[in-house]
Parts: sequence; structure tokens; C-alpha cells
Amino acid sequence: MSDLRELYQEVILDHNKNPRNFGKLENHSHHANGHNPLCGDKLELFIEVVDDVIKDIAFTGSGCAISTSSASIMTQFLKGKTLSDTRHFFNDFHDLVTGIPISEEQIDDMGKLAVFAGVQEFPARVKCASLSWHTLMNALDSEIETAQTED
Amino acid sequence: MFDLKKIRSDFPILDVDIHGKPLIYVDNAASTQKPQSVIDSISGLYSESYANIHRGVHHLSQKSTALYEGARKTVGNFINAGDSKEIVFVRGATEGINLVASSFLEPILEQGDEIVLSEMEHHSNIIPWQLLAERQGAKLSILPILDSGELDLSKLDSLLGPKVKLVAITHMSNALGTINDVGEVIEKAHARDIPVLIDGAQSIAHIPIDVQALDCDFFVFSGHKVYGPTGIGVLHAKAQHLQSMRPYQGGGDMIVSVSFEKTEYNEIPYKFEAGTPNIAGAIGLAAALDYVSELGIVEIDHYERDLLAYATEQFNRIDGLEIIGQAKNKGSVISFTLAGIHPHDVGTIMDMDGVAVRTGHHCSQPVMDHYKIPATTRVSLSFYNTEAEIDQIVISIENVKELLG
Repeated sequence: MSDLRELYQEVILDHNKNPRNFGKLENHSHHANGHNPLCGDKLELFIEVVDDVIKDIAFTGSGCAISTSSASIMTQFLKGKTLSDTRHFFNDFHDLVTGIPISEEQIDDMGKLAVFAGVQEFPARVKCASLSWHTLMNALDSEIETAQTED
Repeated sequence: MFDLKKIRSDFPILDVDIHGKPLIYVDNAASTQKPQSVIDSISGLYSESYANIHRGVHHLSQKSTALYEGARKTVGNFINAGDSKEIVFVRGATEGINLVASSFLEPILEQGDEIVLSEMEHHSNIIPWQLLAERQGAKLSILPILDSGELDLSKLDSLLGPKVKLVAITHMSNALGTINDVGEVIEKAHARDIPVLIDGAQSIAHIPIDVQALDCDFFVFSGHKVYGPTGIGVLHAKAQHLQSMRPYQGGGDMIVSVSFEKTEYNEIPYKFEAGTPNIAGAIGLAAALDYVSELGIVEIDHYERDLLAYATEQFNRIDGLEIIGQAKNKGSVISFTLAGIHPHDVGTIMDMDGVAVRTGHHCSQPVMDHYKIPATTRVSLSFYNTEAEIDQIVISIENVKELLG
């Protein structure tokens, strides 16, 4: 059970039950769908970028506790971050969940994202934790869309 | 009555510990574990009898050929084929279906024609037909399922129109456990001269198969789901079809004579077995079928149905657990959802208790769509599973609820 508690930390369980920033953003500049066909997780991400800063970010979808909480914590964490910082955190998060060593300073900078360190003991779940982040990168790398007022 | 202790001791992997807990292997619909006799047959072949087949005059080649062709007879007997030349060795059920799509259906499928499938098919009995239909401008017609998980056979007559060139349907659903009344489907299709393929990937390990009584045109299954090795499977087809079908792949062993002007193909089934086949796989499969026959497929069926009934009763007591697929005639599969908990989390937590379950859409996304769920957790039982294991699984599910509920 101890490994499981490492994976399913209270913070993760809380965000799974009550995901933050859950819903659609009517005024978004970036948008992408994420899908993990292995487990059927589906995620839709909306981002409003103003002057290279993530002003607002939200998601909808359905997935397992790891993917839902990861999306929730990611959106909370990235609000107000610059795009270059965001790409930086994508790399650090990737290293964290795949077990690539990162410095304590990097972990400190990651704040609440660090609760996903336990995922590295569960290789089958890495995709769950990183789905929202890959969707984020797809959204940011796609052409900047004009802000949409409807779906 | 089954000697469970003896049976379990035949499967060395059942002694393995997972995360410090005894393995409870209930992912049998994905693949079954192998008895020692299968493992021994393969290592015995390679250490004592192996050479290439159908070619050499030397002793070992003849010995291997006899074992390989003996395996074909064993398969033929297991499914009561009229003649072992109707048995084509393939890589698995998937390749068997692709072979029929390419060699049987493609030459006769025309624009506007139809292929009838059911809503509960595994992707392997959808995609080969879909690819072919796209190429030829044909379409798929889908026999729907009822919420019970049974086929809505009342819709069958209206689907079997004049444009239908084939019906391809599963004998037993891997996602729901439903055992279909394929006899009725075959009878109705044959009344309109429509040939029928039966996907026996699941049924082969659980219920007696008699392809002559079924009168199906094609029957496919995979060795690894019936206690045999991976990479070997079987296509059974009526001899008249195999005779008229064009070859699937070209290569050695499938010819009588070759020149650059003309090649004369070998007789059936060799016409469909190009290249050196999976010799050890076929021999391992025969050992697996011998093992199953020794236990008795009728006895296996009885034991597994009792175990399924016990598991269903225990699972139904779990608050928030819903069993997906409640057909009256069911093989030993329980697909379920837990209220508010995603199957992927269920699978991870149960794994830590040593319980191997499958989670996901089970390569049957149309079934998931029917029930409007992304995935289920699936417990699929074999004759080596026990009531005591079911009790442990129930405890494990309660652990999941405690952690995530």
C-alpha cells in the first residue's frame, strides 16, 4: 500500500474529486484535444495567451484520477506563467514522472507538480500523468487561433 | 470434479509472486498462461526433434514434419473438422480474418455490396472488413446489441439483404462475455446463400466447438488464448472455399512448380502457408489442445460457469459496482464499472494486490460507445482460477474503493 499512497497522494485525490479550472474558456487563443487510446482518457484544453503569458487556462474531459488531477494541478500551476517558463516546466515534469533525475532546486520550483514524483514507480501510468502536458504543447505549437466564442 | 491443486501445479507461472503477493491471474481473455506440457513440447522440439519441414529427406526434417502435420490433425479433431486439410495455420485469429478478407471476399466484393458484422465485435473483426470495404466501395452493416449484452437477433433478417456477401460475427464477446447463438445466424445467412465467418478467439477456450455442426464457412482462433503459444492461430474453412480461394501470401512451400511464366500452387491447406511456418507454435498449440482435451472441454465449461456464477454473486454485493453485459448465456468474463472510479486506477491498485485484470476498452470501442462508458475493468476467468481467488479479488476491489472512493 505504501507505493500506492505515494502515487495516490491526498492532493491528487482531492484534485481528482474536485478538479480546478474545469470547463471551457470562451475566449481562448489556443486549444487542443488530447486522447490516450489505451485507457480512453479524453481531454480538451483551452488557453488564453496574452503577451506571451498564460492569462487563463481550463480543461474538460474524462479520465483516470492521475490524468484528471494532473490536468487540474497543471492548469492551476501555469496561470500567470510565461510561455518560455511553461516549456521549461514541461521538460521538468516529463523528467519527474519518467524518473530522470532532476535537482532539488528544480523540484522546489515545481511546487505542487512535485506530487507526481510517485508516478515514476508506475511506468504504465506515465502517459496518464503527462496527457495534459502533451495536449498543452500541442495547443501552444498549433497556429494561434482567433478567439472563439462558441465551440 | 476438477483436481484444482493438480491443475494449478501444471501452470508454473501461478507460483509467481507479484509485489510480494501471490499472483491472481484473471486476464485470461487477453491471453492464457501455459501448462508445463506446452512449455515442454516446445523445448523438447528444439532440443530433440527440430528441423525445417516439408523439405528434407533427412531424419529430423521428417520428424518435425510429422509433429507439425500431427498438430494439424489435433486441431482438426479439437474443433471436429471434416478433414485436417481444412486447417490453415496462421499467426492468430487476426491473420485468419485478414486472410479471408483478402483471399475469399476481396475477389467477389463489389461496389455497393455489404458485409454484416455485430456491434460487439473485437476490432480485429472490424478493421479488416472496413479496410476492404473502403477499397471496394462496399459498406458495413451492423447488427446491434441490446443493453443486456445480447445480439438483437430480431434485426438480423432485415440486414440480410441481396447485397450481403459475408456475415462475420463473434462466437463469444471478449468485452461482455456474451456467447452468441451463432447457429441461428448461420442458418439464416445460409438460407440466403451468404457465407459466415465465426470469430472463435474467445469461445475456443471455454465451450465445445464443432465446426461441422455449426456449419460455419470460416472459423478462426488464436493459440495463445487456449493455453498455447503466441504467434500461432488457426483458420478453419470449408474445403470448397479453400480450393477456390486465391493464395494469401506468396513464397516457398505454397507451390507445386514455379517458372517465371507460370506458377502452379500447392494443394490446400499448403497453398495458404507460404514460407517456413511457426513449427514450434503449431506443435505447442497441439500440446495445449491435448491438455484441454484431457481436462475435458465440457467439464471446463461446467466448472467455469459455476465459478462465473459465484463471482457474479459476490461482485453484485459490492456497492457501486455495475456489471456490463448480463447475457443469459455467458462465458467466464465479468466486465464492470465502479461508480466514480476510473478503470485505469482500479487496475493499478488491484495489481498491487497481485491481481492481474484488464482495464480499458478491450479493443471493442463500439461496445463501450453502446454503454456510453470509456472503459471497464475486466475479470476473465479460467479453469485454474478458484473461489478463494474471487474472494481475494472482492477484497481488492474494496481496497480500491477505500483508497479512491
